[in-house]
Amino acid sequence: MAQSVFAPWADPNEKPLIQFRNVTKRFGDFTAIDDLTLDIFRREFFALLGPSGCGKTTLMRMLAGFEAPTEGTITLDGKDISPVPPHKREVNMMFQSYALFPHLTVYDNIAFGLKRSDMSRDEIAARVEQMLKMVQLQKFARRKPHQISGGQRQRVALARSLAKAPKLLLLDEPLGALDRKLREETQFELMDIQEKTGTTFVIVTHDQEEAMTVASRVAVMDHGKVIQVDTPDRIYETPNCVYVADFIGDVNLIEGNAYPAGDDRVSIEWAEGQPGIIATPAGAVEAGARITFAIRPEKVAICRDRPEDLPNAVRGRILDIAYLGNISTYHVALPSGHVIKAQTANDRRIARRSFTWEDEVWLGWTATAGVVLTQ
Amino acid sequence: MTGWGDRLRGRIVVAVPYLWLMLLFMVPFGIVLKISLSDYAVSIPPYTPTLDPSAGWSGFQDFLGELDFENFVWLTQDALYWKAYLSSLKIAVISTALTLLVGYPIAYGMANAPDEWRPTLMMLVILPFWTSFLIRVYAWMGILSQEGFLNQFLMWTGLTAEPLTILNTNTAVYIGIVYTYLPFMILPIYATLEKLDASLLEAAADLGCTRVQAFWLVTAPLSKSGVIAGCFLVFIPAIGEFVIPSLLGGSRTLMIGKVLWEEFFSNRDWPVASAVAVILLMILVIPIILFQRNEQKQREAEQ
Ligand SMILES: Nc1ncnc2c1ncn2[C@@H]1O[C@H](COP(=O)(O)OP(=O)(O)OP(=O)(O)O)[C@@H](O)[C@H]1O
Ligand SMILES: [Mg+2]
Repeated sequence: MAQSVFAPWADPNEKPLIQFRNVTKRFGDFTAIDDLTLDIFRREFFALLGPSGCGKTTLMRMLAGFEAPTEGTITLDGKDISPVPPHKREVNMMFQSYALFPHLTVYDNIAFGLKRSDMSRDEIAARVEQMLKMVQLQKFARRKPHQISGGQRQRVALARSLAKAPKLLLLDEPLGALDRKLREETQFELMDIQEKTGTTFVIVTHDQEEAMTVASRVAVMDHGKVIQVDTPDRIYETPNCVYVADFIGDVNLIEGNAYPAGDDRVSIEWAEGQPGIIATPAGAVEAGARITFAIRPEKVAICRDRPEDLPNAVRGRILDIAYLGNISTYHVALPSGHVIKAQTANDRRIARRSFTWEDEVWLGWTATAGVVLTQ
Repeated sequence: MTGWGDRLRGRIVVAVPYLWLMLLFMVPFGIVLKISLSDYAVSIPPYTPTLDPSAGWSGFQDFLGELDFENFVWLTQDALYWKAYLSSLKIAVISTALTLLVGYPIAYGMANAPDEWRPTLMMLVILPFWTSFLIRVYAWMGILSQEGFLNQFLMWTGLTAEPLTILNTNTAVYIGIVYTYLPFMILPIYATLEKLDASLLEAAADLGCTRVQAFWLVTAPLSKSGVIAGCFLVFIPAIGEFVIPSLLGGSRTLMIGKVLWEEFFSNRDWPVASAVAVILLMILVIPIILFQRNEQKQREAEQ
């Protein structure tokens, strides 16, 4: 049986579950969401990434029904949701501040939404137990929120929002307070739930790795605008602008002027006395246009002798080495003053490492290793 | 290391409220208790025995020997007293409930008013305290009497043809108590409602609650401690209230505060009056302890 790739956004016949159409949200004269248009499809695991204050929570609150758009429309299943009050929306939200009911036990917090539905008592009890087990809080069922730790509270909030198994789940930084191991387990659980129930997830996270792991698509936001929406790998490999390239992961950014160099390639003049960088832009670039060349450190090879097989090679001196356990990042200063980061896997013990501070080294990369960004 | 001086200072800080309680509560209570065990006498002061320090130890023993529980026995024999206690209890309970009914919506409205309005609203609640309590009760006499503003208004609107008799009935007492103690109900409830995190109501709505359900499931339980505090703050003084029933109430309004006043000033029977006061205090100790427990629980919950 052929496994079809999950990519409803690429299918023109697929109808989005959620559509933002030119949505603007203002608080007084402050614009929190700025003319935003976005489609989210059924069964997606959609991650919102962006700096603090860029409007992620506001976007979620509009979906949950706590804020109304100042302009534009939001549709769910093709219907405008603005007249639907929060309690009638088949949407559950996990609040960034958790918003646990302080007068109720962990158990009753999780059961709260279920009791509003037409489930029987036994069904509710079974469901709550299942949720408690998932977030590993069975032992704390009888405690009040103020009697448990921050991470435990976060898990209660998560369990409470998951309990009703809604059509659309909004998770505002659901795993931020958890330790790495528990976080990875919970990420796995979330993906599992998503697989089993087909729920659509919209998740806010500050953890890029998390976004990369769980998301079907990632939206990078800034100042109330969506800058790029794409699959995690494309966001990482082919950012559409300097902002996204810089926001996601580590990157070397080199400014220069691009000139055609045949074969769809360009040569980028970036420093006096240095050979032009040979790169392959995604689209046409005007001759002499000011561009930024972005390349991830792990795509830069570091070697003692000039790499003859690579079209791009520059010479520099090691300024700094950041040892991160499995990988090391070398900061290499070029004669032009640029500092380029190169990353290598530490497949040897530290004592046998081939380079050290002040070493003269060569950096090299292929013509397709980096991207040419025009904005 | 905490120094000796620090520890001493700590002790002094703790001692001040105890000293205060000692001087202004325990000592007067001791005196009243002693008088309640004495006998009525036509003298100054109007009771015997009095403690004569010059008589020495044997004088003190004689003094103790003369004390007895006669007055308390008397209180159980005359139906007036327990009827007055029960009637006070009833009036206090009903007026506390009425005050809650009026005060909660006001506190709720204040807590949900726009931020810039709140200081003004708070001011309006506290403002009546700026005039004397007595004057405000007299003002109610002007409003509630047969020719008062209320009756004039009702007859002007045509709602009633005859003036209603309100003054000198229990209704007037309820109106007076609700009016007087309303701020004591509003302020603690307002304090808890104001602290209520709005996102809790959003969470309730998100989980399928209508606004009314959210009120009963979230707002009401979370303002419970304010309601309890408010109820005690109204109930405790209302039960011993004297001015309101004697000015607004009728001859048939029976309240223990009034009885107490009459024993002291009309009958000049200090020992019986003291016994009435001691029993009243003992009745009040129960709600006061419950009130303290509520405050304590709330403080713990906030930590
Ligand atoms: N009720 C409000 N009144 C005024 N401004 C608001 C209100 N809610 C949000 N804002 C502003 O809107 C902007 C976006 O807020 P939002 O909470 O959506 O940020 P965020 O992306 O979730 O940030 P974070 O990652 O820190 O949670 C912020 O600058 C915030 O100050
Ligand atoms: Mg936020």
